[in-house]
Amino acid sequence: MQTTAEGATKSLSGEVLSSHTAAKMGKPVLEIENLSVQFRSSHGLVRAVENVGYTVHPGEMVAIVGESGSGKSVSALTIMRLLAQTAEITSGTINFDGRDLLKLSDEEMRRVRGHHVSMIFQEPMTSLNPVLKIGLQIMEPLFIHLKMSPEEAKARAIELLTLVGITDPESRLEQYPHQLSGGMRQRVMIAIGLSCNPKLLIADEPTTALDVTIQAQILELMKDLSRRLDIAIIIITHNLGIVARYADRVNVMYAARIVESGTAEQVFGNAHHPYARGLLSAVPRLDRGRAMRLQTIEGAPPNLLKPPEGCRFRPRCRFAIDKCSVSPPLVEVEKGHRAACHRSADLEKIDKPAAASHEAIHAVADGVTGPILQLKDVTKFFPISGGLFQPKKLVRAVNKVTLDIAPGETLGLVGESGCGKSTLGRVVLRLDDPTDGKILFEGADLANAGSDEMLAVRKKMQVIFQDPFSSLNPRMTVGDIIGEPMSVHKILPKEKIHDRVAELLSLVGLHGYMADRYPHQLSGGQRQRVGIARALSVNPKFIVCDEAVSALDVSIQGQVINLLEGLQQKLGLSYLFIAHDLAVVRHISHKVAVMYLGKIVEYAPADELFANPKHPYTQALLAAAPIPDPVIERTRPRRIITGELPSPLRPPPGCVFNPRCPIAVENCRKEIPALRELGPNHWVACSEV
Amino acid sequence: MGHGRQAVALDQTNITGIWTTMLRYVIKRLLLMIPTLFGAAVLIFLLMRTIPGDICYLRLAAGGGSVVQDVLNNCRRELGLDEPMLMQFWAFIKGLVTFDFGKSMWTNRPIVDEIALRFQLSLQVAIMATLTAILIAIPLGTLAAVKQNTWVDYFVRTFTIAGIAMPSFWLGILIILAILVTSKAWFGVPWMPPIRYVPIWQDPWYNLSMLIWPALATGYRYSAVATRMTRSALLEVLREDYVRTARAKGLYEKLVINRHALRNALLPVVTVVGIEFAFLMGGLVVTEQVFNLNGLGKLFVESVLNHDYAMTQFLVMMVVAIFAFTNFVVDICYAWLDPRIRYTR
Repeated sequence: MQTTAEGATKSLSGEVLSSHTAAKMGKPVLEIENLSVQFRSSHGLVRAVENVGYTVHPGEMVAIVGESGSGKSVSALTIMRLLAQTAEITSGTINFDGRDLLKLSDEEMRRVRGHHVSMIFQEPMTSLNPVLKIGLQIMEPLFIHLKMSPEEAKARAIELLTLVGITDPESRLEQYPHQLSGGMRQRVMIAIGLSCNPKLLIADEPTTALDVTIQAQILELMKDLSRRLDIAIIIITHNLGIVARYADRVNVMYAARIVESGTAEQVFGNAHHPYARGLLSAVPRLDRGRAMRLQTIEGAPPNLLKPPEGCRFRPRCRFAIDKCSVSPPLVEVEKGHRAACHRSADLEKIDKPAAASHEAIHAVADGVTGPILQLKDVTKFFPISGGLFQPKKLVRAVNKVTLDIAPGETLGLVGESGCGKSTLGRVVLRLDDPTDGKILFEGADLANAGSDEMLAVRKKMQVIFQDPFSSLNPRMTVGDIIGEPMSVHKILPKEKIHDRVAELLSLVGLHGYMADRYPHQLSGGQRQRVGIARALSVNPKFIVCDEAVSALDVSIQGQVINLLEGLQQKLGLSYLFIAHDLAVVRHISHKVAVMYLGKIVEYAPADELFANPKHPYTQALLAAAPIPDPVIERTRPRRIITGELPSPLRPPPGCVFNPRCPIAVENCRKEIPALRELGPNHWVACSEV
Repeated sequence: MGHGRQAVALDQTNITGIWTTMLRYVIKRLLLMIPTLFGAAVLIFLLMRTIPGDICYLRLAAGGGSVVQDVLNNCRRELGLDEPMLMQFWAFIKGLVTFDFGKSMWTNRPIVDEIALRFQLSLQVAIMATLTAILIAIPLGTLAAVKQNTWVDYFVRTFTIAGIAMPSFWLGILIILAILVTSKAWFGVPWMPPIRYVPIWQDPWYNLSMLIWPALATGYRYSAVATRMTRSALLEVLREDYVRTARAKGLYEKLVINRHALRNALLPVVTVVGIEFAFLMGGLVVTEQVFNLNGLGKLFVESVLNHDYAMTQFLVMMVVAIFAFTNFVVDICYAWLDPRIRYTR
């Protein structure tokens, strides 16, 4: 139990400990049994966690997977005993290292936190204290738990920062969180978590807020540290790809209960619960294209204030039978693999895997004249005032982008945050004015269009935003929100708007009576559908979808993607689909453009781009994005790209990607590579491929 | 613009650079005060001259008798009121810039002499009230936030609501009554606080026994505002992710509150304290009346009633300068408390 400072240092630099398979044989470090947690709210009791149990062995990475509200974070916070005061633990034990954490006094628990069990949170941007130096924040647990002197603590902090891959650690100690990027901050959080050599590290959605290449860096680091230092890790996530790539064991949670539990191979290869199976077929995959329609789970997770009787999944389950009104127990279906479904034995027979039969029909009408939207050298620079006596600087957000979209076509635009993809979307809509270049919409240049012309064009172009929570006015009813564009553009007389709203609602899969609801009364998925209905209300031809499905849970995301695809076929819409999730872009797009630091680095038909990526950045992005299939993941070569996106204020000379590029040569630092057509319609901005 | 923010965040400022950026920030802030002061000067100059009647008429016809036009003209010439408006304004601005503030039109004594003691008195009351407020507000507000929805919190909330609802002068009257009653009961002779101002370095005991009461009376209301601000700011900060991180590190609760939460919660409190302080320098009209203090507030009212252009203009400019300066100090406090402000300027 007693870990001294020396011990901590020694095991860090010491040799690689036993492999995780050997460790699994030993005693579990954490055993949770029959844990139930409830919250008192003004509406009643919410049972957030019910009869949850799992074990974690040293050196093992255990994933808790589930959608928002499934209780996965609450169960983890319960281990730390960091629940809000309204929470109440009604039953269960949490055995950690021979002690029941739930029976410890507050002071005893404080000594466990950050010392033997530590935690990393979702939002690296807000999880570090903005007014304290990084150094102090890392050293605090060392002072408190290990009683180190300032010199010892500083040495250890430098060691930890080196361990988590932060360069120049000594000067970092003097910096404040806002001076570090998101990825760096999450590394600092990991350093804090590891500071006292814990036995267990709990990571709550540790990479959800990060870009895919940074996500891969962080997870590789965690996996590596867990093996080297024999630390058990519980990773809470909604991303099935991460689970497949990194987790040893998986617990799937649904509506406060564990519905399936087993090794990653067991759960992904041979799921025995309809929810787990549904999730796996609902998530878009990098290795599957447009041809495969997503098999989604209908409906939404239940409200835990009034959960359904018996099996919680029953109302959404295609295989529900009478027996399902009794809660199924979590029983072993094979060694180490448990599922809570009465019909788990028959599922293999009745739930055939989806065949690629749903061949999506291209809505593109052949022989249509020209593209609906053409961008020619579109450029957007933002001046940043450098203060009273400093020259203005330019953020090169979008730098000479040339693209085109045909009617009925989806152009996917991918890139990491800060690459300029959203700015490009705004410029196309003329929400921002371009600095230079041409935006041809149905042949007319919008770049210099006046406000009257734009008003006419805006009827034909619409936008769907990322955040369904903040992009709808909370004081307007759904009907008013959807009807507003129609009255602004005077498309329909007032008395006809009501009927049209009902029509639009049913088009996006909502009920007509929802027109009288307010946004806060709807779920996230429903709100996004309202956003789509609003965009459709003016009969647009072209819609910019700016991260339109990024904030949604997997099963809801699948529904919305299918809806967008269905609408495209029905109405012949064109989409500019901006997203950071490669699998989603792969699934929905006909053509894909990859953006890096304001420039398009690769531009090709979707299948061609994903099958045959040429640009080293595209290759890196694809390598970093995990595929939700452990069998594929275990054999995939991992080339994790290093470094981070440089500041758009000072882009590197030559090819903007050269500092991170594995194949960069001297010339890449001098010359800006032009887009070259390497195959039919396959454009690459790289001189070395 | 997200890009800009990120770009700045990635910008690594070295340690020596901080002082030059800080210095540049300070100079910039000081320069920005000039237009504020000039605007105030124009406004008060024009406002004073739109009030009907002038000081000469008021002085000569105070008894209600008739005034000879020649005498009136003489008086106006003496005070420079017969000059064109633009010239008068020029003289006013020139005086401000050269720190030659002129004489009171009413008493004909130099303004600086008139002000000297009153300024000391008001400044001392303001400082004492501020100290009282801070000493009450921060511990009490913290306590209420940490013990939210317990009887401690309810007590603090009641105490502060009472402080905001009760006018300071009325509390002042109660204090004076209490002093009279208790001193009579205990010593047999009623005792009253002294009414002649003596600077604190001449006779600290005498000075404090006079000024402690108005400082308490105004400090209570002041502390009530600041306590509520501390409480609500801290409640917000306690929900932040980094406070959860601090707890997850196993820190003592005391450290979580004092080091991690309170420092972040102090920003809005500093603003409130700053504004209130500036207000106390010249806004304590009624409280000064109650405690019979000859402070700036009283002088302000008198000089406006007397149409004493020179004095009123000077007082307004002084209060504006105090407000601007207090805001400047608040901004410096912000930069000191929050490195994000310090590094990005």
